[in-house]
Amino acid sequence: MTEMLTDRLTRRQVASRLAQDIGDGNYVNLGIGMPELVANYIPDGREIVFHSENGVLGMGPEPGENEVDYDLINAGKKPVTMLPGGAFFHHGDSFAMIRGGHIDICVLGAFQISAAGDLANWSTGGPDSVPAVGGAMDLAVGARRVFVMTDHNTKKGDAKIVEECGFPLTGPGVVDTIYTDIAVIDVTAAGLVVREKVPCLSFDDLQSRTGAKLHGAETCGDLVAPDVG
Amino acid sequence: MIDKTVSTLQDAVSVIRDGAVILISGFGESGNPTELAHTLIDHGARDLTLVNNNAGNGRVGLAALLESGQVRKMICSFPRSSHSEVFDTMYRERRIELEVVPQGTLAERIRAAGAGIGGFYTRTTIGTPLAEGKERRTYNGDEYVLEDPLHADIALVKADLADRWGNLTFRLAARNFGPIMCTAAETTIVQARRIVPLGDIPPEHVVTPGIFVDRVVEVPNPASEREMIENDVRYTAGGAP
Repeated sequence: MTEMLTDRLTRRQVASRLAQDIGDGNYVNLGIGMPELVANYIPDGREIVFHSENGVLGMGPEPGENEVDYDLINAGKKPVTMLPGGAFFHHGDSFAMIRGGHIDICVLGAFQISAAGDLANWSTGGPDSVPAVGGAMDLAVGARRVFVMTDHNTKKGDAKIVEECGFPLTGPGVVDTIYTDIAVIDVTAAGLVVREKVPCLSFDDLQSRTGAKLHGAETCGDLVAPDVG
Repeated sequence: MIDKTVSTLQDAVSVIRDGAVILISGFGESGNPTELAHTLIDHGARDLTLVNNNAGNGRVGLAALLESGQVRKMICSFPRSSHSEVFDTMYRERRIELEVVPQGTLAERIRAAGAGIGGFYTRTTIGTPLAEGKERRTYNGDEYVLEDPLHADIALVKADLADRWGNLTFRLAARNFGPIMCTAAETTIVQARRIVPLGDIPPEHVVTPGIFVDRVVEVPNPASEREMIENDVRYTAGGAP
């Protein structure tokens, strides 16, 4: 478990790999933190509209130093810019977009994902932690597809993909695809199917780093690190 | 003649009573009615229940209101932030109650109250601890939970332009919870950057129609919570303009 993984993807590379699976014309919500990186790697020629739950469609890149305006922020409370065609709306409309199934893809982080696609990403259940859920539960059930972007293992080496989540759930059976630093895994009716894995790991190695049964040993392809540093 | 404008912040908040449930607009540091919150501290109403997406930043605005000891309960979706020390401390010391509501459920509970809806079913929270004890129903094979409308006595909202009928516009994404909160309170009190003559806001640019607004006060240069936090400003009673 502790040997160096030479072809593990960086977070930016995971973001870039995930971005390849976002189609032209998709309306996409990016969760706070790691998922925000995805906006930087949309493949050329695709027009993607980014939604932010505070009431923004059509977010553009980070503002330059002189363009920062704290009335124009994303859900992570960071300053953003608007693209031509963008729109502002109130929270009722914003969550109608989310809960009404109008968002094609949302990208969320995770503490744990189960074999059935259960997602836990809002609370570690500790007695002293201040519970905070934000829009994660709405996104998990409302978005048409839920992509999870996460490290495959915790810093301590524990599996984040598990048979059953131990942490309180954000939503049951909501995850479609998991993008990690070493694999791309689809949640299917037949279980977790590995679509891609880094070439230096054997399927058994990948299984040993994962807390739930994996399928697809014969069909999985190589997860090649995109050239984004 | 309809004239919802009031000349001072003190006048604007004078109707707020002890025990009030108060919706406060804003998301993060955007759209917060900071001057109204500070004037409410001076006003002194106690035993309040506040509703906001977050639980205040730094030691100004909503956070200062919490720190003043006037608040019994906070209803919000995301109390944690990089500047939420005041709430974090009060929560750990059990000096404030917390009701955590998913952001979309919070928005819809407010919208339902404003629209006269007696409750609604949503899939959000199914399978999670936040659904415990709630009535359930199945539609088309999916399970839903029942959520209640969230009525309030008061809404404190920050707008950009307003007129004497109470028509409002909002600046950029500072709109966030403002329009739905205006609909859901017995008395909606708005601080606007500028009060313009009736008719200056073209009808197709009105975001919140004046029917949802009761009192409007002009606050020409609203404070930036961001700047106040960066400058370590701490608001205490008696400092409102």
